[in-house]
Amino acid sequence: MTEIEGLILSAPSRRTVLAAVAAGTAAGLMRPALSFAAAAAPRASSYPAKAFIQHSQDATLQAMFGTSSVTASADVKMDAPDIAENGAVVPVSFDANAPKVTAAAILALDNPFVMACAYKIPEGTSPAIASRIKLGKTTKVVSVVQSGGKLMSASKQVKVTLGGCG
Amino acid sequence: MAHQILVHAMSSGGSTTVEALIKHPMDSGFVKDKAGKIIPAHYIEVIEFTHKGKIVLTGYWGPAVSKNPFIKFSFKGGKSGDPIGISWVDNKGETAATSSNIM
Repeated sequence: MTEIEGLILSAPSRRTVLAAVAAGTAAGLMRPALSFAAAAAPRASSYPAKAFIQHSQDATLQAMFGTSSVTASADVKMDAPDIAENGAVVPVSFDANAPKVTAAAILALDNPFVMACAYKIPEGTSPAIASRIKLGKTTKVVSVVQSGGKLMSASKQVKVTLGGCG
Repeated sequence: MAHQILVHAMSSGGSTTVEALIKHPMDSGFVKDKAGKIIPAHYIEVIEFTHKGKIVLTGYWGPAVSKNPFIKFSFKGGKSGDPIGISWVDNKGETAATSSNIM
């Protein structure tokens, strides 16, 4: 893991990352990235890039949802393996029993960048999504669901025997 | 590079389940190649799923999504023969799109 951390610090984006973290924690003024209108084709400009370069759960949620206040809830169910032999492919799914779910995100707290993926969920789409993510080492994985503007979460510790930041 | 998207959509009991497998390296930018050079980050940023032109899911992915991403979700409605569209754009500006009918 020290190698991975070294790479982050020597990467050219270090300054941007630090600046973004500072701005996010100091001001808390980041615009919630999920407030754009629907488009026919994916637009790179809608990508919440700032949310993907944060190193803490609070900063990630602030950048993604405009708030870092989240409540652990039994209404969010998540499924992830207890032990992931191969960190490069870890199946993670969540299912929320909540009304008006508009967005969701999956975070891996000890990954180089906490945010793994996020989803914008329109009305009619069920708030249950399965996908596969990479885990660099043993970490807590958190599924966050935005329901009626509030954030609810479920989390699970996943033990990684072979890191897969690749 | 050929960008393949495999999609399988099935409707049952008033809702449609979509499974998609997208061919993409999803390079995180943290991995070195055999010569010790860092493989630059290359990953899908935005992926969109549509049903008859209406967006049913937007995904924002980062470098921590696995290579050749898989996703499964479902939405209300949809019937056999309806078109399901998938399109994505990655951090290098490459894009791909495909369309498939609900089985």
